[in-house]
Amino acid sequence: MRYEVVIGLEVHAQLKTQSKIFCSCPTEFGRPANENTCPICLGMPGVLPVLNKKALHLAMRACLATHCRIAPRNRFARKNYFYPDLPKGYQISQYELPLGLEGHINILINGTKKRIRLTRIHMEEDAGKLIHGENLGSPGHSYVDFNRTGVPLIEIVSEPDLRSAEEAREYLTQLKAILDYSEVSDCNMEEGSLRCDANISLRPVGQKALGTRTELKNLNSFRFVQRAIEYEVERQTQILEQGDQVIQETRLYDSTKGITFSMRSKEEAHDYRYFPEPDLVPVVVDNEWIEKIRKTLPELPEQKRERFVGEYDIPEYDAGVLTTSRAMANYYEECVSLHNEPKIISNWIMGELLRELKNNQHSIETCPVKPEGLISLLKLIDEGTINAKMGKTVFEDMYRTGKPAKAIVKEEGLTQIIDSSVIESLVDQVLESNPEQVEQYKGGKEKVFGFLVGQIMKESKGQANPSLVNKLLKERIS
Amino acid sequence: MSGKFNIDNIAQLARLKLTDAEKERLGGHLEQIIEYIDQLNRLDTEDVEPTSHVLPIHNVFREDEVSQSGATPDYLTGSPSHQKGHYEVPKII
Repeated sequence: MRYEVVIGLEVHAQLKTQSKIFCSCPTEFGRPANENTCPICLGMPGVLPVLNKKALHLAMRACLATHCRIAPRNRFARKNYFYPDLPKGYQISQYELPLGLEGHINILINGTKKRIRLTRIHMEEDAGKLIHGENLGSPGHSYVDFNRTGVPLIEIVSEPDLRSAEEAREYLTQLKAILDYSEVSDCNMEEGSLRCDANISLRPVGQKALGTRTELKNLNSFRFVQRAIEYEVERQTQILEQGDQVIQETRLYDSTKGITFSMRSKEEAHDYRYFPEPDLVPVVVDNEWIEKIRKTLPELPEQKRERFVGEYDIPEYDAGVLTTSRAMANYYEECVSLHNEPKIISNWIMGELLRELKNNQHSIETCPVKPEGLISLLKLIDEGTINAKMGKTVFEDMYRTGKPAKAIVKEEGLTQIIDSSVIESLVDQVLESNPEQVEQYKGGKEKVFGFLVGQIMKESKGQANPSLVNKLLKERIS
Repeated sequence: MSGKFNIDNIAQLARLKLTDAEKERLGGHLEQIIEYIDQLNRLDTEDVEPTSHVLPIHNVFREDEVSQSGATPDYLTGSPSHQKGHYEVPKII
């Protein structure tokens, strides 16, 4: 039987504030354990939480940037459960009256636009961090750091509209870009400011009712999200094909083994006994307020992508890659403003630049080659001083040493050979040492031409002007 | 035992260990509470505006400003057990 994959994602994003959501403790990452805590976030008796206005503003920005309707009246609720990372015994969240409702995000799948609906966006506080054993004391204990407790989050819940691991990854990429552009969140997965849970189920193709789902937690990189979903889809397919039933449960992803496994905690059917948080008053938002915030939103990734396609005449795929982050889009636009070759620049960024960034684990912000540097290299190629192939080597050197393109070209003596007599002698040399191939070419095997060009380029150490090589070889051989 | 709730389940959710006598007594209290809510539910509230909070106020905020209480060590030392700046609890996983 053929199955359809149904995925819904729940994404937690940390709001970019200085202080926590209900108290004045700093949200700064990497502080000594339990230093960013106070009686309010530790849940001491008699304290009074008060909502951080900036957190509300950022949450509203997220709603508007994802086309959510902002509820005119929303409020907080207590989600009650016992776990050591939760000092109060409840988490302050939003339940029946969340801030944002019924939004959507558009993703591009193989060049086709697909709309992924959002169920809701609500505000909540983060829980603490649990450390198990590890160098802190006895392996028989767990240890709690409450620095994260009370850090402001939004939870963005999608409808089960995603149909593959690839779509899930694309959705996350888009969502991250939107939160980055609108300056709602740093979206730093290593520091936990963007986290994702996935609900996955299968159903026979054509069936309307949803199958039994499992919830995957602990997916702390986009790659892991994709891999974990792929694994889970395979696992559920096998279960169903054997005629067995999928058990509804929470599973964790083990990134070293590449598998998901059941949490097997004694989850006596979740009963959070939500009730309205009496310590916090309702939030009332009118249209005037909403419009004021809407006006402060910058150009968003989708608009930027469409503008790039129209304004620079580059393929939608390129525009998509170049707009995945604000910094990347700015880098690109700065390059184009210095040198009006949008497609060539796009190729260099998507090829050489992204490869170096990835190999060196840099982000575009920490890239040692700035737009002016890249453009001065492209101009040397344009002017014919070096050819494109040499340019790639020069770029690698620029990236590694931080030296300008001109200096590298000079130091390495890397000027392109455009002297016809020099190239002619190289052509002769290669024809002489490859008589067999020359015969083949003359006998009609045109592919050999490419081989001969390659040999000549090699002889010139890559410095010959390729079009001149082509021209002179053709003259000599035919 | 009430047909509307399971006292054992409620005790478990609250992490309470109840004796049979306590179950009997508290179960009775809960039954009375639920009975009272049922009574409220029977009232005609068609024209009554729902109350979302007992105080007639909304939109109370604080600015996003940092201040540190600096009292952490007191909380830590007041806890039953701690280790290198962390609260120590029974093993979770």
